Amino acid sequence: MTQKTIDIEVLRYNPEKDYKPSYQTFEVPFADETSVLQGLQYIKDQLDGSLTFRWSCRMEICGSCGMMINGVPNLTCSSFLRDYYPGKLRIEPLSHLPIERDLAVDQTDFLQKLESIHPYIIPKENQSVEEGPFKQTPAQRERFYQYSECINCLLCYAACPQYGLDSDFLGPAAMALLHRYNSDSRDDGKAERMPIVNAQEGVWACTLVGYCSEVCPKGVDPASAVNRNKVNSTLDYFFRFMAPKGAAE
Amino acid sequence: MATRRPYMRPMAGWWRRNPFYLFYMLRESTAVFVTLYALQLLYGVYTLTVGQAAFEAWLARLQHPVYIVFHALALAAALLHAFTWFNVAPKAMPALYLGTRRVSDRTVVRVQFVIFFVVSAIMLGVALGG
Ligand code: SF4
Ligand code: FES
Repeated sequence: MTQKTIDIEVLRYNPEKDYKPSYQTFEVPFADETSVLQGLQYIKDQLDGSLTFRWSCRMEICGSCGMMINGVPNLTCSSFLRDYYPGKLRIEPLSHLPIERDLAVDQTDFLQKLESIHPYIIPKENQSVEEGPFKQTPAQRERFYQYSECINCLLCYAACPQYGLDSDFLGPAAMALLHRYNSDSRDDGKAERMPIVNAQEGVWACTLVGYCSEVCPKGVDPASAVNRNKVNSTLDYFFRFMAPKGAAE
Repeated sequence: MATRRPYMRPMAGWWRRNPFYLFYMLRESTAVFVTLYALQLLYGVYTLTVGQAAFEAWLARLQHPVYIVFHALALAAALLHAFTWFNVAPKAMPALYLGTRRVSDRTVVRVQFVIFFVVSAIMLGVALGG
């Protein structure tokens, strides 16, 4: 039996030579279990060693292999070539993010945003080791668990036209993680994070396109984090009116 | 060390790139029909203040095919608007819990539809029967 092949069209960009990106097509043999990522690795190993892209875990955990496959943000390690056959694939770096080289984007903006939301538990009072861990009931854990599933793959940023139009917007994943800590019963950092939520670049830049939640591979539903915080932001505004010193809750 | 020259792709025409975005634009554009409908209804109320003749002239004008087509479109737009918002409502409201169990998004959406149909049926009954 002859091996099936599929055409993979890849957006190439070499900052040292190219004025702008252009497409290059490769013919790649594949089997039923060949992932799109493996297709790219075949190109890199056999056809053109200069092709640049990121990956690590190959199992939807590290979040580094996100790309546009035929215009849709996806993890390439959990997408399969067979699903695109007999058509072809057009692979591009994640939309709305600057292209560093070929399929690798610059993630700096997101990393800075992630840092800005204080993505860690800020306890009311620190507890010594002797006092033991902070306890939590399953019901309390349930309140934030979904948001803690984020793997920082940035598919949601590639899905968000508002972020593409104005990258000052905090964006889906950073807001989901902000919400994750604000909803944690062990956390007392809400007052520190609310100014980020309330800003024009916070929740109010979102018009609920909703595509972020659609493409998220982890069921985080970042759109719900953003839009639930529109309610929180409004409440926070009124509470600050009534009690000038204390923030909401 | 290689030179860095990050490339930004243009956003022009973004909403045509994906069916999901097209539908989003359609959802948002329903606001135009809803606004026009509200304006002409407001005008109808205004004719009431002018007098019976003005009001009846307005009613007569509504029989014109152009108005009927417009109302059909406005109804379709309003329904699309309402249904799409029912579907995203679970994202905009706080998560609901029954005891320790989270009420699923699907349940929230369904309850809204049930309320919508019940209220619509009652209103239709009142309008036609009354
Ligand atoms: S919210 Fe989902 S799509 Fe966005 S970065 Fe996290 S895992 Fe990826
Ligand atoms: S390679 Fe780690 S998520 Fe795909």
